[in-house]
Amino acid sequence: MPHDPDHTEPPSDPALRAKALETILTEKGLIDPAALDALIDTYETRIGPRNGAKVVAKAWTEPDFLDWLRTDATAAIESLGFGGRQGEHMRVVENTEVIHNIVVCTLCSCYPWPVLGLPPVWYKSPPYRSRAVSDPRSVLAEFGTELPAETEIRVWDSTAEMRYLVLPKRPAGTEGWSAEQLKPLVTRNAMIGVEEAARPA
Amino acid sequence: MTLVEPLSATEKTADFSQSPRLPLDQAGPVFAEPWHAQAFAMAVSLHAAGIFSWADWTAALSEEIASATETDGEPALIADTASTDWNDQYFRHWLTALETLAAQRGLADRDQITAVADAWRAAHLRTPHGEPVTLV
Repeated sequence: MPHDPDHTEPPSDPALRAKALETILTEKGLIDPAALDALIDTYETRIGPRNGAKVVAKAWTEPDFLDWLRTDATAAIESLGFGGRQGEHMRVVENTEVIHNIVVCTLCSCYPWPVLGLPPVWYKSPPYRSRAVSDPRSVLAEFGTELPAETEIRVWDSTAEMRYLVLPKRPAGTEGWSAEQLKPLVTRNAMIGVEEAARPA
Repeated sequence: MTLVEPLSATEKTADFSQSPRLPLDQAGPVFAEPWHAQAFAMAVSLHAAGIFSWADWTAALSEEIASATETDGEPALIADTASTDWNDQYFRHWLTALETLAAQRGLADRDQITAVADAWRAAHLRTPHGEPVTLV
């Protein structure tokens, strides 16, 4: 790409506005750019779906922890060190042989960041937000998830007050597996509910 | 740009490339551009500083997304707009909601933001390529 050496190509309008807002807020002492960088780094590298996978694998292998998740998911999840912003008011919804849960936020894409990281692009897209509610089965089909016709699909609409984590069914053929062995089977999409947990290879 | 590390090899890739209506990327870019991350972090940081409650934030963001949907028609039609980059679309809403709250809380109004944004644009235009861009 040729560059005009006399100037630097300005970024896009929203990028300039974000930069401007940061400048103003920094000057007023309301934010600290170094703290912003640290925050971004945290969300990008230290939290993410692996946290949620740990929660699920523990629930699959420890009945006491599963009970705790059912009665007070926020506290149970926090006991593993996964708390904070958007991690309050967690509820775990459990898939069974007859019930399949799927999570959506129809308004703004609330998402349990501490256990799943930041939401994937498609989760925030208007088609997902509307169709997960109006026609969840077609959304599942697009993810390659085919459920028996008699399976009840429950759609959970997250809010600022309540965020959901799907507890997928433990895959067949994993009897006797440790939590460590099970963790890689727990995908982010399974914890949103658009897929089932991966099957053992 | 910044990518989230794929969860594991077992994370399947659904064949969404075939779907015109539900673009998806598996563990794809969380922030497609640096300003997405910047806007995200500012909201979290202002909340942490007690400038607004998280409920106020989600209400502002919801309102922004809802009004954009109203303007643009049915949700699926947003796919027909020039930007097919959902992440970008989403963070534009995010930034607008943030500007709205900043104005409501008396931190910065839109004209101020526009003025400083213009100053940054001018700073880029007068800075030879490769040198750091500064306001003064």
